[in-house]
Amino acid sequence: MSHITIVMQWHDWLALFGQYLLLSLLSISGAITTVPDMHRYLVAQHGWLTDAQFSSSVAIAQAAPGPNVLFVALMGWNVGLNAGGGIGAGPSAWMLGFLGLMVTMVGIMLPSTTLTYLATRWGHRNRDKRGVRAFKQGMAPVVVGLLIATGWVLAAGNHSGDAPAWHLWLLSAAATLVVWRTRIHLLWLLGAGALLGAIGFV
Amino acid sequence: MHPSPSDAAAPSAPPQPKSPRDLFVSFTWLALQGFGGVLAIVQREMVEKKRWLTPEQFLEDWAVAQVMPGPNVVNLALMIGDRYFGLRGAIAAVAGMLAIPLVVILMLAVLYAHYAGNPQVAGALRGMGAVSGGLIAATGIKLIPQLRKHPLGFAACLVFVALVFGAIAVLKIPLGWVLLAVGGVACAWTWRRIAP
Repeated sequence: MSHITIVMQWHDWLALFGQYLLLSLLSISGAITTVPDMHRYLVAQHGWLTDAQFSSSVAIAQAAPGPNVLFVALMGWNVGLNAGGGIGAGPSAWMLGFLGLMVTMVGIMLPSTTLTYLATRWGHRNRDKRGVRAFKQGMAPVVVGLLIATGWVLAAGNHSGDAPAWHLWLLSAAATLVVWRTRIHLLWLLGAGALLGAIGFV
Repeated sequence: MHPSPSDAAAPSAPPQPKSPRDLFVSFTWLALQGFGGVLAIVQREMVEKKRWLTPEQFLEDWAVAQVMPGPNVVNLALMIGDRYFGLRGAIAAVAGMLAIPLVVILMLAVLYAHYAGNPQVAGALRGMGAVSGGLIAATGIKLIPQLRKHPLGFAACLVFVALVFGAIAVLKIPLGWVLLAVGGVACAWTWRRIAP
């Protein structure tokens, strides 16, 4: 993930924070469903991350232990590094990396956890109320659509550069099929993807 | 609760975390086992091993954690921590879920940046990226059969799925508008359908 150099003013950091505060409230069924919107904001609209940085942030988080939401921290970290001139630029870049990490992580966590904390007892007590059930059930098809769209956007995000695109689509489709149809551990699949990538198939 | 008439003389209370520190350590350990997602590990540790939750409680909590915004497993940790030690417990559980894994992932990212020039490493990440797109799409596809029991009917649900997919993946409409418009219609319609 070769870095790019970007300029971040304080109001840019503020805008980034605001965007993640907003996405936090929109992240029904997990932060992963907001990935397409993060891509739109960080890569397409502002150019703060490259496509490769974006998808490798998600890929590293998927491969690492811990909740998948940590990909958000890596995105912030990479925005900070880009603003600081890349990881080779030394302590100043590292400081900006940590700033980016804090801005995105606190942004994505604070509203949703606060809301969940306040609402869970209420929701638990009122789980038979019509409004609560309508919300839970009404969002179900929306959440399914979001997950599939997220997978699509992530798969498409790998296609920058001169790699033969159909290999990547084939790999994404094969992974979809295997996860859908079998109970194989996800690590094997990620390992297979890494291997196929390393030997130059995709 | 049905205390089993085992050889233990005293009626045993259901197991529960001893302290916020216990919560922190338990959730750290749990998170560090969760490669490619933590949910399955939560179920195994909380319900089967530690028995802090019954299977019924787990399902109920999971439904709420999923409906609320935010990462599901973090929401679940928050709810479990809150139940035993209030706000302190909630913070301890969420911190356990995030703190150490965050350090691990940063080390991986730095390591990766160091080797990013290596075409094998770049290729490996590209391959993993293609796979992780597939993993998430499959998670959505696996949920489709659940929609057969939906009050709106299966066909209407599939239309909503397609609408959201088209709006996000093809038309690239910001998520907030899609949730407001499509989600709003879906919830309102469901509300009418489940009239008592």
